[in-house]
Amino acid sequence: MTVTETAPRVPQHPAEAPAGSRLAARDLRLAYDDRVVVDGVTLVVPTGRTTAVVGPNGCGKSTLLRGLGRLLRPRGGQVLLDGDEIGSLPTREVARRLGLLPQQPIVPEGVSVLELVERGRHPHHGLFRTWGRDDEVAVADALERTDLVHLAGVPVDSLSGGQRQRVWLAMVLAQRTPVLLLDEPTSFLDIAHQLDVLDLVRRLCDDDGTTVVMVLHDLAMAARYADHLVAMRDGRVVAEGTPHEVVTPEVVEAVFGVSARVIEDPETGTPVVLPRRRVL
Amino acid sequence: MSTALRESEVRDSSATADALARARRGPRRRRRLVVGVLLLLVVALVLVRALLGDYRVSFVDAVRIIGGEQVPGASFVLLESTLPRALMAVLAGAAFGAAGAAFQTMLRNPLASPDVLGITLGASAGAVLVVVAFGVRGTPVTLAALAGSVLAAVLILSQAGGRGGATGRMVLVGVALAAGLSALVHWLLVRASIYQAQDALVWLSGSLNTVTWTDILRLLAVDAVLLPLLLVATGRLPVLGLGDDLAAALGVRVARLRVGVTVLVVGLVAAATAVVGPVAFVGFLSGPIARRLVPGRPSVGVAALVGAVVVVAADYAAAYAVPGTALPVGLVTGLLGAPVLLWMLRSRPTSQEGR
Repeated sequence: MTVTETAPRVPQHPAEAPAGSRLAARDLRLAYDDRVVVDGVTLVVPTGRTTAVVGPNGCGKSTLLRGLGRLLRPRGGQVLLDGDEIGSLPTREVARRLGLLPQQPIVPEGVSVLELVERGRHPHHGLFRTWGRDDEVAVADALERTDLVHLAGVPVDSLSGGQRQRVWLAMVLAQRTPVLLLDEPTSFLDIAHQLDVLDLVRRLCDDDGTTVVMVLHDLAMAARYADHLVAMRDGRVVAEGTPHEVVTPEVVEAVFGVSARVIEDPETGTPVVLPRRRVL
Repeated sequence: MSTALRESEVRDSSATADALARARRGPRRRRRLVVGVLLLLVVALVLVRALLGDYRVSFVDAVRIIGGEQVPGASFVLLESTLPRALMAVLAGAAFGAAGAAFQTMLRNPLASPDVLGITLGASAGAVLVVVAFGVRGTPVTLAALAGSVLAAVLILSQAGGRGGATGRMVLVGVALAAGLSALVHWLLVRASIYQAQDALVWLSGSLNTVTWTDILRLLAVDAVLLPLLLVATGRLPVLGLGDDLAAALGVRVARLRVGVTVLVVGLVAAATAVVGPVAFVGFLSGPIARRLVPGRPSVGVAALVGAVVVVAADYAAAYAVPGTALPVGLVTGLLGAPVLLWMLRSRPTSQEGR
């Protein structure tokens, strides 16, 4: 592997965080109080690709995402952002490189779409720096990509669930980070709005080279939209690889405890899971 | 950034820029209008309060008196009674209003004003304690009030750590604390001699009856330092309003911001309470009224102006509503508080009809 000019500083353990990987976890242990939720996860997030973390409810996938986004301090192990331990970087600096959209952010009462999207520019502002040209461009671009320009002045709490999710995506787009973590960006959305959101994520990755990590619970959607799948169970990574490598009857059985057939989507060629009838 | 993106930026930039400018125009105009009207209202109410009391002072006389001339009768009324009351009402109202709105926004809960959470009552309890126990006045009372509200705030902040739901825990602890402190203040007053109790009555509901110029200068100094700092600190609150996780993801140091805002709020509340007592409901009501006037973004500055307007107007009403009786200002704000709250509840914009 050649070291390019964009490569980060050489990390201490090059085998686990190869040059060029923007985000990696090593032996990561995360816990709430005494309850260990993520237990020894080592993960190298492919740069410029879309990674989906899948697994049953409570397997620690959202917690892993929070750990990768330095919202939880590790009990053990490390998260490396561009080769640096993420906890050692200034929080504003991290926010310029890594964006994170939690599952259910709070919509303040009466706030307009534009005002909310503008808040995505926060990490780029110091205490006294005022709104600049690049802020304006970033916000306008984020609204255009999410098709929200015509709704700019509308209060967010008056929008539908699908529109709201687009507003939140616009907000993290305005943040303009090369790495983006999304926690269940499609939950509570109907199929059409799920596709809208995931198409947008795909374009971010393909057009801009954004490194995306998202938590999804729909295996078919994950297989269809992600380049790289990480399957978790009980706080550990059970399988990792391309959708074809991960979405197999064996892995589905091991991760979800569900007996299933896996067939190929005739149009996209991606794997689709068909659970077998259960005998009660 | 890819070239495709740049092209789209160039192509649509003017139409989008127009749309964004249009979306900003309305709120910006409204905000300017609200601030302008509130400022005028503060000035008008101060003039009314200072000049149109039982003893009317003409505007010309007032100008002469402030210019240093002696006008028999009018000089005394204006300089020793009505003007200090009006100015103190503005200073205390602004402090309570700003502090209340900052706390409500920070904790994302319209109940979470310092007067509901026991920070104001902490100041009361501290002040009553030294008044009743040591019979002191002046600076020691202010310091005791400060100590009381700092203790209350520390207790509330101790709930801020840990996993999730921090704001909910802070509110619950604060409400419990307020109940306990209120009982403490009553107990102290029951034990006090009748003269002390009269003196200490101000600590129950808040009153402007004994305002001095020294008090005014003291609170002016506190307001002049802490209010601008609070305005700067609360510039971060819109981001905190999106939730702790998202705020942290956007580069806000949530715990540090909470401590910083709390310190400023405690300073403002303690200083104001030490002088005029816990004027009921002002901190609680100013924030919601400000949010209705300027929807969408938390406005601590607007809330400060609302607080000033409310206290000056309430003091005027308190002094002259019942002929022959000067009610404490806190009684009027308390009386106003309940119906205003109910009105807000009823006229709260539901999530845009028909969608």
